[in-house]
Order: sequence, then C-alpha cells, then structure tokens
Amino acid sequence: MGKVTGFMEIARHDLPALPVEERVRSFREFYLPLSDAEMAKQGARCMDCGIPFCQTGCPINNIIPDWNDLVYRQNWREALDVLHSTNNFPEFTGRICPAPCEAACTLNINDDPVTIKSIEHTIIDKGWEMGWVLPQIPARKTGKRVAVVGSGPAGMACSQQLARAGHDVVLFEKNDRIGGLLRYGIPDFKMEKHHIDRRMAQMRSEGVEFRVNQHVGVDFPVKKLLEEFDAAVLTGGSEHPRELPVPGRELRGIHFAMEFLPLQNQVNAGDKITGQITAKDKHVVVIGGGDTGSDCIGTSIRQGAITVTNFELLPQPPLEENKPLTWPDWPMKLRTSSSHEEGCYRDFSIATRRFSGVKGHVTTLHAVRLEWKDGKMQEIPGTEFEIKADLVLLAMGYLHPVHEGMLNQLGVEYDTRGNVKADTIRYQTSIPKVFSAGDMRRGQSLVVWAIREGRQAAHAVDDFLIGSSDLPR
Amino acid sequence: MNLAPVKQGLYDPAREHDACGVGFIAHIKGNKSHTIIAQGLQILNNLTHRGATGWDPLLGDGAGILIQTPDAFLRPVCREIGVSLSAPGSYGVGMVFLPRVPESRAACERVTEQMIAEEGQSVLGWRDVPTNNQGISQDAKLQEPIIRQIFVNRGDSCPDQDRFERKLFVIRKRIEHAVRALRLSDGKMFYIPSLSSRTLVYKGMLLAHQVGTYYLDLQDERLVSALALVHQRFSTNTFPTWELAHPFRMVAHNGEINTLRGNINWMAARRQAMQSALLGEDLEKLWPLIIEGQSDTACFDNALELLVAGGYSLAHAMMLLIPEAWAGNPLMDERRRAFYEYQAALMEPWDGPAAVAFTDGRQIGATLDRNGLRPARYLITDDDLVVMASEMGVLDVPQNKIVKKWRLQPGKTFLIDLEAGRIIDDAELKEQLSAAKHYRAWINQSKLALEELPAQEYHIESKASLLDRQQAFGYTQEDLKFILAPMAAVGEEAVGSMGNDSPLAVLSDRPKPLYQYFKQMFAQVTNPPIDSIREESVMSLVTFIGPRPNLLGIEVTEPGARLEAKQPVLSAEDMGKILHIAELSDGAFRSCTLSICYPAAQGATGMETALEILYHKAEKAVRDGCNILVLSDRDIAPDSIAIPALLATSAVHHHLVRKGLRTSTGLVIETGSAREVHQYALLAGYGAEAIHPYLAYETLAHLGDFAPKDLGYKEAVKRYTKAINKGLLKVMSKMGISTYQSYCGAQIFEAVGLNTAFVQKYFTGTASQVEGIGILEVAEETVRTHKLAFGDHPLFRNALDPGGEYAYRVRGEEHMWTPESIAKLQHAARANNSRTYREYAKLINEQSKHLMTLRGLFEIKESSNPIPIEEVEPAKEIVKRFSTGAMSLGSISQEAHTTLAIAMNRIKGKSNTGEGGEDPQRYREIRADGMLADYVQSVLVDIPVKAGDSLRSAIKQVASGRFGVTTEYLVNADQLQIKIAQGAKPGEGGQLPGHKVSAYIAQVRHTVPGVGLISPPPHHDIYSIEDIAQLIHDLKNVNPGASVSVKLVSEVGVGTVAAGVCKAKSDYVTIAGHDGGTGASPWSSIKHAGTPWELGLAETQQTLVLNRLRGRITVQADGQMKTGRDVVVGALLGADEFGFSTAPLVVEGCIMMRKCHLNTCPVGVATQDPELRKKFTGQPEHVVNYFFFVAEEVREYMARMGFRTFNEMIGRSDMLDTKKAVDHWKAKGLDFTKIFHRPDVPAEVARYHCEKQNHGLEKALDHKLIAEAKAALEHRQPVAIESPIRNTNRVVGAMLSGEVAKRFGHQGLPDDTIYIKLKGTAGQSFGAFLARGITLELVGEGNDYVGKGLSGGRLMIYPPADCPIVPEHNIIVGNVVLYGAISGESYFRGVAGERFAVRNSGAIAVVEGVGDHGCEYMTGGTVVILGYTGRNFAAGMSGGVAFVLDEEGDFERRCNLAMVELEAVPEEAQAMEELGGGSLESHGRVNVKQLGQSDERLLRVLIQKHLHYTGSQRAKEILEHWQKYLPKFVKVMPTEYRRALKEMAAAQEQAHPKVEIAQHG
Repeated sequence: MGKVTGFMEIARHDLPALPVEERVRSFREFYLPLSDAEMAKQGARCMDCGIPFCQTGCPINNIIPDWNDLVYRQNWREALDVLHSTNNFPEFTGRICPAPCEAACTLNINDDPVTIKSIEHTIIDKGWEMGWVLPQIPARKTGKRVAVVGSGPAGMACSQQLARAGHDVVLFEKNDRIGGLLRYGIPDFKMEKHHIDRRMAQMRSEGVEFRVNQHVGVDFPVKKLLEEFDAAVLTGGSEHPRELPVPGRELRGIHFAMEFLPLQNQVNAGDKITGQITAKDKHVVVIGGGDTGSDCIGTSIRQGAITVTNFELLPQPPLEENKPLTWPDWPMKLRTSSSHEEGCYRDFSIATRRFSGVKGHVTTLHAVRLEWKDGKMQEIPGTEFEIKADLVLLAMGYLHPVHEGMLNQLGVEYDTRGNVKADTIRYQTSIPKVFSAGDMRRGQSLVVWAIREGRQAAHAVDDFLIGSSDLPR
Repeated sequence: MNLAPVKQGLYDPAREHDACGVGFIAHIKGNKSHTIIAQGLQILNNLTHRGATGWDPLLGDGAGILIQTPDAFLRPVCREIGVSLSAPGSYGVGMVFLPRVPESRAACERVTEQMIAEEGQSVLGWRDVPTNNQGISQDAKLQEPIIRQIFVNRGDSCPDQDRFERKLFVIRKRIEHAVRALRLSDGKMFYIPSLSSRTLVYKGMLLAHQVGTYYLDLQDERLVSALALVHQRFSTNTFPTWELAHPFRMVAHNGEINTLRGNINWMAARRQAMQSALLGEDLEKLWPLIIEGQSDTACFDNALELLVAGGYSLAHAMMLLIPEAWAGNPLMDERRRAFYEYQAALMEPWDGPAAVAFTDGRQIGATLDRNGLRPARYLITDDDLVVMASEMGVLDVPQNKIVKKWRLQPGKTFLIDLEAGRIIDDAELKEQLSAAKHYRAWINQSKLALEELPAQEYHIESKASLLDRQQAFGYTQEDLKFILAPMAAVGEEAVGSMGNDSPLAVLSDRPKPLYQYFKQMFAQVTNPPIDSIREESVMSLVTFIGPRPNLLGIEVTEPGARLEAKQPVLSAEDMGKILHIAELSDGAFRSCTLSICYPAAQGATGMETALEILYHKAEKAVRDGCNILVLSDRDIAPDSIAIPALLATSAVHHHLVRKGLRTSTGLVIETGSAREVHQYALLAGYGAEAIHPYLAYETLAHLGDFAPKDLGYKEAVKRYTKAINKGLLKVMSKMGISTYQSYCGAQIFEAVGLNTAFVQKYFTGTASQVEGIGILEVAEETVRTHKLAFGDHPLFRNALDPGGEYAYRVRGEEHMWTPESIAKLQHAARANNSRTYREYAKLINEQSKHLMTLRGLFEIKESSNPIPIEEVEPAKEIVKRFSTGAMSLGSISQEAHTTLAIAMNRIKGKSNTGEGGEDPQRYREIRADGMLADYVQSVLVDIPVKAGDSLRSAIKQVASGRFGVTTEYLVNADQLQIKIAQGAKPGEGGQLPGHKVSAYIAQVRHTVPGVGLISPPPHHDIYSIEDIAQLIHDLKNVNPGASVSVKLVSEVGVGTVAAGVCKAKSDYVTIAGHDGGTGASPWSSIKHAGTPWELGLAETQQTLVLNRLRGRITVQADGQMKTGRDVVVGALLGADEFGFSTAPLVVEGCIMMRKCHLNTCPVGVATQDPELRKKFTGQPEHVVNYFFFVAEEVREYMARMGFRTFNEMIGRSDMLDTKKAVDHWKAKGLDFTKIFHRPDVPAEVARYHCEKQNHGLEKALDHKLIAEAKAALEHRQPVAIESPIRNTNRVVGAMLSGEVAKRFGHQGLPDDTIYIKLKGTAGQSFGAFLARGITLELVGEGNDYVGKGLSGGRLMIYPPADCPIVPEHNIIVGNVVLYGAISGESYFRGVAGERFAVRNSGAIAVVEGVGDHGCEYMTGGTVVILGYTGRNFAAGMSGGVAFVLDEEGDFERRCNLAMVELEAVPEEAQAMEELGGGSLESHGRVNVKQLGQSDERLLRVLIQKHLHYTGSQRAKEILEHWQKYLPKFVKVMPTEYRRALKEMAAAQEQAHPKVEIAQHG
C-alpha cells in the first residue's frame, strides 16, 4: 500500500500556518489547507508497516496506514469511513491532538514522521465539505434510557455511540453550551466552535437529547438520574485545579486558567460579558508550561498583552529526545507550541515564592530559581528575582474531578488520586448502573483519550443493558 | 518378544523412512550358480556405507537377499528331514518368521496350514532354517523370530505355475489376515518374507555382511540362483524390524513414496469397483490389501503383487505404478504417450524418488522415478553378467570383461528376461507395451477434454450481497490485499517476509476457517522437494473428473469415457459444463449437485446431523448412477449455513472410500471459501478432483483500489488461476509430488488443534498430536462467522474484517511482536536495563489473556526444593548455548550481519553466515582496537571493534545453492550447517533477484553482479537419508574440526528424521519451528507449512531417547525464541542449544516492517540500499545485553526448579504442566500429554548431548595422501602420488584440500603441485572441494557427486585402456557432478549422469555426454559437452556458458530456453576482427571473453586439453575435423549473464585498456 519507496523520495510537508503577525490579529484558526495532490503525496510517505506503531500510539487506534493509503489513491470517501470507524470526531483531534501517532510513526525513528494529523484534518474537512458526514440513525431502538453527564469529548463520544446502538440518550451539561473543555477551554484559534455545533446537529438527528444548564446534583437531583435512566455515565471532566498556595495568592489579578479562557470563547461566540478578565495592556505571567498554559499565552497575546512570561517549575526538557530509548513512546522533550512562537518569554526551574501588589491587585511576582536533583527540587540561594505581573494565570493542571455535588451525593468511590474509580473494561463505578469515563475517571488528559473512554464506556454500557454489544471499543 | 517401541508420546513407528543401497546381479542366460549368490552378498557388503547402524554399532537397519527358488539345494535338504518335494515349479516355499512363544507359534503355524488347505493346496512340510545369530546385536536378537520354511504343494485347482503363484499370493494374504485376527500379543513377529514357487527371500535385522553368516543356507554351495537381488537398508529409526528389511516379495527399493497416504486410500477406494477375471472371487480375499503401519515399500510391494496377480506383466505393472513423465514431454513418441495417457486414468502414480529393483524370479529389472532422483548404475560383461547397483565398484569385475557401463535414466526401465536370455531395454519394452493395444484410438474414443467441450453459461444468483457472503466465508481485508489482488495483478502469489507470530487457529480468539487448522507437510532429508518451476517438465496438474476404470480390467476392449481437465481450478464456464455433462457426454457422465448448506436455525449442533444426511445423499446418488458429485455451498444465505467445504469434501470422500464407492464417482467442489493456495491444496489433498471458487471470482470483479486500474475481469481471473496453479504445483513439489492426480487425496497435511475423534471420523489418517476442537467447535466457529456476516455489526456493515494475520492490525489477529514488546526489548537492550527487559519478557511470557503459542499454555513447575540463584550455572556459560539464525549477507545488510557476528563471538555463542558465503577478510584476527571498516569493505555505518573480537561467523551454512561454499569457507568454521529446510518456507528454494546482487555480494558468493541467483528447493546431493550421510561425511572430511549440523523444520515425523540424521552422523540437529523468519517467501508458506517447534522438538527428544541416540547429538531449537522462558521450555522438552533470529534483529533495530523482500527496510537491517543501510543503529553491545538478559531469566527459572546445571534441565518435561486456567472455548480441548511424554528407558540412557559421533574419518584414503603430500603442504614442493582406489574410498581429496585451504586459503597452491594418480572405481564425492594445486587423475570411473564444490583443483577421469567399452557411449561419472563447483577444471572421458554441473559457479568441465537437467542453476564457468545431452538442459541457468556438440541438430528441443539463448560459436577470425584479440586463459568466473571474442579458441583449447588429459578419441576426432564440427557446436548463453557481462565490460573499459581486461578475466 502507499508507495513502496515514497518515504525515500518525498519530504514531509505539514499544513502551513499563517505568519504570526497575521494570525495574532484574530481568534480564528490559522492553519491553511494543502492541495489534495500534496496530501496524496504525504500519504504516499506512509510505509504500510508490518506493525503500524502509529495505530497503537494513537489512543483511539486510528487505522492510520489504511487511510494514508486511501488518501494516496485519492479515495477520500473511503478514507473518511475508515477514519470514522475509530474516531467520532476527527475534526477535533485533527486540530488539537498533540498527535502521539506521529511520535510513534516508524519514520520518526530516523526521519520526519508522516503528517498523520494533517491528513486526518484534511480527510474530515473534505468529508464535511462534500456532505459525506451524515447521521447514522439506528435501525431499531432498544427502549433503554441512558443519561450521560458532562458534554466534553468523552460525553459526546459516549452519547453518540450509545445513540447509534439504539438507546435513548440524554446528555447533561451544566454550562450553557455543549462541548465542555472543547467549548470553553480550547481557544478558538486552535479549534473554532462551529465544529462542535455541526457534530451536535448530527448527534441530535441520531437521537441524542442535549440538556444544557442542567447541573446534575445542583439543578437536577441525583436521585432522579438514577430513577429515570437505565444507566448513567459520568463524563464530567477533571475540573479541580491545582492551587498555588503562596503568600499573595489572594490578590486580584491572579486567576486559574479556566477562569480566564472561557470568557474569551464566550466573547467570540457573541455573548455579552461584563468584566472580562483580559490581558490587554498587561504584563502577563502564565505559570505552568503545559497545553493550558500555552492556550493562556496565545489568548493573552491576541488580547494585546504587553509582555507574556511563562514559568515552569520543572527543568527544561531536552531539545531532542533520545530516540533509541524513547521511540515509539511519547517522549519528554521541549515542546514549542504555536502560542510560544507568537512571542513569550519562557523560563524553567522557577518557583513562585509570593505575589505582591498594590491596592489588593497583583503587581509583582517573586520567584527563585531551582535546582533539580534526582527528582527533588532545591532552591538555589541568591537567585531570587521578581517580575512585573498585572495578570497571573495559573495553569498547573487539575487534580481530580470536583467531588462536591453530584459525585459525593451519589457516593461513588474514588481512586487514590481522587478520580472516580472504575476500570477500563466495564467502566462501572461503585454504584450500580453508574459508569464513568474520560478525565473524571482517568484524571486530566487529552481529548483523544476522552474520546476513547467515551467510546469504550458506551460499549460497556451497551453490553450492560443488552447483554452483548456490537459497538466497537 | 518384539522390542521395537510402540507408539507413545509423539513417537510413532509408522513415521519411519528408509532408503539405502540396492543392487542385483543376474546371469542373462539364466545360468544358475552359487557364485551369483556369493557375488550378491559381496555387493551387499560393498554397499555397507549406504546403510546405517543404531546406537549399537552391531545393530543394522536390515539387509537381505532374494534369489530364485533353489531347488537343487532344497530338494536334498528336505529329503534329509523327510519332506519330499514335488517337481520344480510345482511347489512353493514360504519363508516364515514366527513368534518365539511356542503357543503363539503353534497358532500361527496352524492358521498357515489351515489357509493352505482351504485354498486347495497341500502342505509338504516345514523346515527349520538354520541360523547363526552370533555377532548380531542384542536388540536384533531380542526381536529375532523363529525362522522356518514351509513347502506347499500345488493343488489341482492350479493347472499351471502362474495360477499357482497367484494362489500362493492369495494364501499369504489370507494367512496374514487370519494371524492378525488372532490378536496374539507377539503377533507382530509373524511375517512371511516370501511365499512363492519362483523366489525365496533371506532377510533380517542384520548388517550387510551378516546376511551371509546368519543364514547358513547362503553358505551352502548347493544353493544356486541365476539372480540375486540385494538390499542394505538405512532406516531413520533404529527400531527397524525384521520384516521391514528388503527385499520384499518382488521389490527392493531405494527411495520413498511421498504420496503413500493417498495411494493407500485410493487402493482401498477401488475395492468395490475392482474386478478381475483372473482372480475372480479370490480378489475379495485380498482385502485389506494394504495394511496400515507398514513401510512405504511394503505397501508398494502389496500393490505390485496385486497388479501382477491381476494379470499385468511385471514391467507393465511397474510402469503403471511409477510412470515416466509423459505429459510435458514433447520428445516422447506418440504411441508411447498414448500408452501412458491411457494408463493415467487407471491409477494415480506412486510418486517419489525411487530406484526400484524388481523381480518375479523369471525377469529382473529396475526402474527409476520420473525425475531421476536416485542413482542406479549397471554394467554388462562379456560373459552375460549384469550388475546393477546404487553405485559402481560394488563388485570387482575385471575391466577387460566389461562391455557396457550405463545408468538407469529418469523414468526408464531396464529388464532382463532370464528365460528369453536377453536384456530388454526401455525403448523396446515400452514399444512392445505401447503397441500391444490401440491406446490412441481408445483415448480418442473415450476422452472428453473439459476445455474443449462447448462453453456453458453459468451464473450463481444469490440473494445475499457479495460482502455478506465474503464475510460468511471469513474473508478479511487482507484476503483482498495480500492474496487476491497480487494474484490478479501479476499472476503470482504475493511474497512476504519475517516469520509468523500470530496464534495457531486453535488458540485464536477469532473464528478461523477450518483450513487454518491444517499445516502443509514437506519433504526433508528422506526425499527431496522438486523445483516446480525449473523442472516443470515432470509436473502435471491434469485431473480426471469422474469414475475410474477397473484397475484390473486388462481384458477391456471398450474403455469407458474419461473426463479430463488440464487443471483443477474450474472457471464458471467449466463449471457449467460439469453441470450439463450428461448432455455433453451423451449420458456417459451424470453430475448431480448436493448442497452442503443446512438450516441456520439448527445452529452449531445441527452440523453433525447435516453431515450424516450429506453422506446418505452422496452414497445414494452414487448408487443411483451419478458419477460426478458436485458439493456446493452456493445456497449460503441468512437462513442457510454452509458446512466448511473442506469438512464436507473430506467427509464425503472418506465415506465413499470406506464404502468402496469412491472410484465410482468424481468429486467436484463448488465453494465460496476457497481463495488462497493453501485452501485449494487442502481441498485437493482431501479428495477434490476439481474446484470452482465462485466467490473468489466474484471478488476479483470487485477488487476496487487493490487491483491495477486497467485490469479487466477476464484477465484478473486468468492471472488468478495461473497463480493458484503455480501455487498448487509449489505445494505439491514441496512434498516431492509431481502430479495432481497423485496429490489428490494424498492428505499431505498435519492437523494442529483438532481432536482425534473429529480427525479420525472426517479426515481419517491425518496426524493430529495435541488434540483440540471437535465438530461442535468447528460448527460454532462457522456459525459465529455466519452470524457476523448476516448480522448488523456496525464495523462490518460496509467493510470486511481487517484480518491482521499478515500484518499487525488493531482489531485484527493477535501477534507476539507488538509495538509494546518491540519497544520494550529495544529500550532494554540499548540501555542495558534489566527492568525494562522484564517488562518485555512479561509481555511475551504471560499469555493468560491472549493465547499465542503452545508453550504459552505450559506451566513451568516449581521444585519443592528451590535453590539460591547463586548456585545456578553462571549466565556466561548459558549464553554459549545461544546462536543467531542463518541470515545471509544479502538478506540483511553488511552492518547488521557483522554486528551479530561480533556480538556472538564476544559471548562465545555462534553466529551463522546464512546462505551466501562469507568474506574471507572476516577470518582475520582482530589484534587491536579499531574500527570495523579497517577489516572489511563495504561498511556504511562504522562501529568500534575491540582486540580479541572476531567477525567470523562460527556457523557456516551449506544450503542448496552452495553460494560461496569454498573449501576455504568450510575450513574456517566451527560448525557446518546443512540447511535442509527453513521454518518460513520448508521445501522451497529461494531467489535473489539480480538487482540485489551487488558487487560485494557477488564477490562473496562467487557470482556475477547483477545476475539473479536461484537456490534450488532440494540439495541436489541429498535426495535421501543415505545421501545426507554422504554430505555429512564430505564436510567432515574437509574440516574434521568442525561439527556438522542439520537444520530441519518441525512437522509430524521430524523425530524419526532427526534420528536418521543422527545415524547419518550429524553432530547437531536443529529443529526449527514453522514460525521462523524469512527475507522473502510466499505468504502461504510463511503461514501454513510446518508446525510449532514444541511439537517437533518433543518428538525429536522422545525418538532420540528411545533410540538411545540422544547422547551423540546436540539438539537445537529455533523459531520465534524471545525470552528465557522460551529457552527453559525448549530445554525441558529436550533442547541443548537455542537459535534466535528475529529477537536479535529487533535488538539491532528491526521493527517488523515486513518489507525485507522490498529492499526498503527503513532501519537499515534487511536492505542493501546504501541510503537505508546508513540508518542502521545496532551495536554488538545491545545484542550482548539481550542474550545476558535471556540467560539471567533462564537462571531464575532454574533456581526455582532446583537445577544447578543446564544439562540437568534438558528433557525434564515432567517439570511442565498444562496451565490450569485454560478456559478458552477452543484451547480447552488441547491435550499436551504426548508432548510431555518421557520415554521409559533405563536411567543410563542419555537425555542430553554428552557423547561424540564416530565419523569413521580414520578410514579416509586422504590420511595417506596428506602424509605423502607433506612436502607440498609444508614447503610448496610438487609431489606425485599413486594409489589404488575403490568405491568404499569416499570423498577422496577433500581432507587433503582442507589442509591446503587452511594453509593457503582459496588461492591454494600452483596448479598440479600435488599430483595424484588413482586407479579403480572411486567412491562417492570423488574430488569434492578439491583445492587449487591438487590434481586428481583417475583411471577407472567415478560415482555420484564427483567434483562437488570444486575449489580450484583439477580432475580427470577416463576408463582404463584394457576396458573394451567405447568411452563416449558409456558412463564415466554418476549424477550431480560438479555441484556447487567454484572454480577449477575437470575432464571426463565418457558420459555423465543427471544434473551435470548443477549450480556450477565457475568451474570448467569437458564431458562426452550428460543426462537430464545439465547445467541446471549454473551461474558461472564453462561447460563443454561433446555428445548427447538429456532433457531440460540449462534450466535456471543464469550465468556461465555451455558449448554443446549438437550433431543431430535437435538440442534445442531438450534445452530449457526460459533463461538462455542458443547461438552458433563465432569463428575466431571473425571474432578477432571484431574485438581485437584476447588471451586464452580462462580461469575464474567473470570471463569477459565469454562476450564472444574468442569463443572458438576457447572451445578448441578446452577440447585440446581434454584430449591431452584423457586421451579422448572423441576429442581427437573433433579436433582433426574442426571445420566439420565447429558449426555443430551450440553456445548456450544466459540472457541475464550476457547483459551483466556487457555492463561490466563497459565499466572496465572505462577504467582499463582493452587488452588488460582479457588478462584479468
């Protein structure tokens, strides 16, 4: 399949991005499409490996070699079918997935991996464009009712799968729009929100009922959930952020990322917001070097920050991984996101000691440099410094789902990390007929993992309700 | 008492093979004398080296002699005991082996007498045969029967001797049946070697020389005969029995019947259809004609006896059983072809290598199989003696008395009629038979050729969609991608690479087609596979559809109609013809279709009943006159399940066989399930005469993206059929079977994972060793597949199952090598991280969730007395037991190859060159730290080497291609491995395409860059067990310091082959699993041939221990070895050592791309592409780390089991248990009792390697030669030596050559430095591996394998001056001369046998005629043939040139023109003019002169040399009339070679002036 010697003849070309100065002027997506012919050439680089490491590198096991080959042959329609057979929402993953598949690509051993993510992106965009993405309405209804609580990628995937198996699915969302983190956590410049709306329309046709502004445990009694449904799947995410308990934390201008990011998305969506936290004309410090941190950086830059600084507690990872010892695993290495490219100062091994401010508003961050030895950190004496900070964004990750409310009311058991306890075969919590999947079960993770868990949980629930399941895991 | 062990564990005495030396002497005029008998015994003696002994050197495999009834002796000795014989010819003598327990003996004697009386004859009396068992082995004594002769008087019911003979045959069969019915505990001792009025057999479990001393009769001068047929057996087992010694009643056989199972079945199937006017009602008394559990020869003998009793002449019967290859032979005359064609419908050939000597006491003769795979030479003297034997020199016949020396040619028969007093040669014999009846007219009148019948439209209408039906038959996406599309595109099966690491069907969680439970069997050692491509002329796919004629209907004058198809895969049109055959054949045939579908509502439990109904319907249909049964599953639908076509086919076939109805009808299978070669082979193997794969065709019409865009449906079907046909021929040839007719019903398969009840009922006679599923589970799998197909599973709504068999796929089949296991192993080895290794090992070892291998289901017990790990043998000792697999430079890169060698030498393990030689640069010692590139060329990724490292591969492989197998190569080995088979493709050869033959690879292989290289399927010097003994002996002679190893692949019966190999004196035997890797092999071979090593290894251990041979031989297990646990299981099952291939490659960077065959390995391991090779990152250290991890893991197990030393662990299968928790729905039926069986033998019998083989090298003539050549060896001074020689002096010159190569390398000494003149008949392998500087001049004759591996030496052989024969019309050397010759010269005054100069790489040879297949696979050198050549000349010849004197002008018809062109030899003047001259010296393989500039001079010089060295009159004549003869020479020039030479010449011309080129040539 593919072209046998394609990888030796063709160089990797990824989707081109708009130049920084252009893209930071709006919150729109900034990757440009490539021609079908160029995409086909990129598909030809795929070696149709005897063992496609990409496929297991991918949490949802996308059948990558097959669609690479189909794209090489310009058979987009079939490529779309193959892609959809493992992935409910390739337009999400094709945009925001860090692409562990490419890390696992065999070409990545000693060459540039196949542009798997861009090919995926192109296939699904073409699919929508051509009108090939249609609802898959179940032939028969089972009469079983399933509640899915939390409409992030896990909840969406789970709902869609269950609906396709013929169950009546109600998807609960505490916010005013469906999508969870996809909707409010991911900035529009990484993924515009009409992608979610389009999917919702498909899901609605397939029989999913969306109930927004229904905060189970708050607006909707937990008891009713158990009474009205034959099964419930908890896909509420991992929303309890890690705190930075240092003096001055209480100052105004210091926010968790998820206090900051959703507002801009709401503005982009046309909502009227009063008192939006904005980086405009401010010195912004983002604490935390992960993806959320990056999202804060990109958003701040677009909002018109004067400076953006990014501190990370951990030391700087190597620029290049030691491939012989890491491939095909996801390697620890310095990752420069598109937001980093847009202009920010990054520093590593920095601990924030305290904040100080004027009139209850933060103005300065006091920090110290660290030395890491055998996984233990130590402050380096004499390296204390301070930096101007009008807006501090805390993006240091999430500890576990919010326990208060629904979870505690249900009385589900937690694992040692505070996540809802359930295995990855049955996805069953300690409460009968209550299941859990996604970040709520596994802790903070990638969208692609959420989709995987949503799909697998759907299989488990279907099996629970019917006694067997044809839903692909 | 019968000591031969009974069937136990995996050991089954029925699996033994034999071959041997055979010979006879006869007086043409029928003059009887005792001398004939004495000479017969003398022949036997001189064939000793073709036999073998068991653990006890006195224990022979059996020998015997058949003579004419010696009336002159019997009459007086009977008179002495009061038995009065009637007139000669009117009494019969029975030689009878009787049980030793008096009661049993009495019972047998009573039965014997009773049967004689019942058949109307009378008993004259018994005579005790005097024997002397002094000196025979203890084991033979323990089994020794009481031997008596019974004398039977002809009764009135037999008016003549012929009828008496027939009656004696009937009596013997009845006695045998009756004694069996007595069920005596020692009944097996009862046996009648002969009962005849014409012949008498003396045989036993004896050594050759013991026959004459054991039977005192044979010493009696009164004992006279005009013929003596003798045989020395080489049995793979050391439990030969008294009765299995040859000769049998009518034959002595050297060879093996490959199609035996089918032949036995077909004979049984004929029972109802057979009638004989001569035998009348006696015919019924013969059944069962062939008893199960005899040797192949015994069965053959039974069939021959029947045919002769039924009225065929002896020679005619032989031709029926072993016909000449007629179908593909355009040279055969029309009448003879008609004769064979007519006969073909009567009986399927008994196919296999065979030299059969036969006699009925009046005539004696011999016949050779169609492919000439056994040697048979004869001579005739001026006083009417004929001596025939497997080799010449067995009897000292004065040369001046010999008038003819010749050989039996392929498919030919040679008969001496003692009554007529003359020799009837093949041509006359067949002319007589062909002319006897109007065969051509009969055929014209009775034959319907399916292809020629008017086409009939035929479409299968189905309500179910294509996709649903594909799914119902278990199609996967891979079937389209890997199977159908490549066949449709290129007309060939697709090639894949690496090994099979997915589970056996019975262990797979996925429903598997029944086909997958069967593994193809293949020929190894005891018989050769055939090259179905290069030796196509012997192959035939012709199939007869419909009833078979009465085998014994010799008086028939109106033969019934016969329906023939050229090949068994029927197109829709052909199928239409079958369905309308009644109209098309005027009612001669009637087909009727039976559906093999049954109501889906009945589910899995309904299948057994459905089969019963099917039986009933089939039987009824046949009885009602339907003579072509069509079994069809075209009715498959949501509510209609198809019984697996294979099951239905075999079940109906066997049912009809049992009912004796099978030959009354044809069996055609119309199935949607058949798509790949293996499946067609199975249907054929279980009885299908033709197959209509309708769904495969429909799929071909809808291949979509998988097929080339411009490929039309018709063309796709045509190519697909061609691919299947080629594949079928390959599967057949793997087992050495050449005709579809014989393959049909031959059941050349082994079941893995099916239970005995199921197999015995539906696949009767198939081996199945570990039990498994039965009819219910088979049905359940079918039902599951059916449900999935017609259900509404979202994944299968629009798509086929992904498969995942051929490449790893999520949602597909499981594999051992997964992304995770590969990553862990690589990380562990690179970082030397034992924790990561443990994670890796855990992934492989713990198969609790996903069952993968048999060993995964074993539990390793723990001792109640574990020991501390510190007390266990250290890892650095254990790693010495490890070696890497045979991966050639060519299959893997220089970097990957040398890295393995360095690593293995560092741990004192062994690396293996693989097939394809080794760069002598690698033999150099590394004395100082440095870089790899300092030592060898062509390194693209340099690595450091340390002082004391070595690049030399300890194991040097000797494979069928013999590429680079020089004497120097052989002497630089610690072990010489004869690769008989390879796990990924047992029974197949290989091909390295020209574009992969780089300059460096060509240099190492001694070939020409850019010219493709073919490795033949068989070693052409190993067609049988005694041949491998010879090759082992050859190799041992060249390098006495190296051990010799034989690599086998696991299949049922490999244990007895291993025992045979051990008896053939191999020091090592490797049992490779079916799952071993490859650089390129057809997928069906990777997937479906051979069995897991657990089975083969356990069988080997059990057989060797039972045979008390285990101590002498090191057993190595090989095949997907990955962890210490694998090693431990291997050791517990009996392995001393272990071979690893894939795992170390993974350590070097391999990621199982499975692209080796495409040369695109992206990590530089299995590629020759320079850019890709640069990506190689492997390091010797990584490999070393890996092996130490494995050894440490082994130690942990040993500690837990309480073993301090590795040896203690070997063979302790009692430490293994079946995992308790197997609740898998299929695997739960597995039963490993047979694998874990430990033979009950005394404690002193060795269970592991602890002794040495006795190679008998001290007997070599070379010791004397080496002593006399001291001056040359030490001081390069010329020496001249003279010596007599005889046939027992084998492989003369090889040991001396080894000495030369050790000292002087391949360069050797100046020509003629050691000049040896010998007189007499040389034994086998004369001048093998003769090094440069040695000249052997032989006055006399040579046997087989003369000049094998010639490495620069010079050979000349010519007959003695006093021998009156005309040399150019007589044979001078035997078969397979100059096999694998590298360089050197040879001159033979006389004719050579078959396969002259096969795989010649560069030697020069002049000979005066050759047999069939001359210059086959030749890649270099120059061969001049001054006489007749046989058929199929130059098959697979890719290099070198041959000059053939074609006086009759018909050479072209006998030449295989697939790869060569024929041209005239250009006259010198013309050539000189064109090219401006050149030198005449012509050593070396790259001979730029072969472009043509001085062909004439080259030819003339070679003929001059021939005259000079041999005194050839023929040469003289030609030279004297040069202008007359020159135009008659044909130059045979390989096309690819010509192109490569031109390219080289062009390249050289750029670098050097023209004159210089020639000199370098």
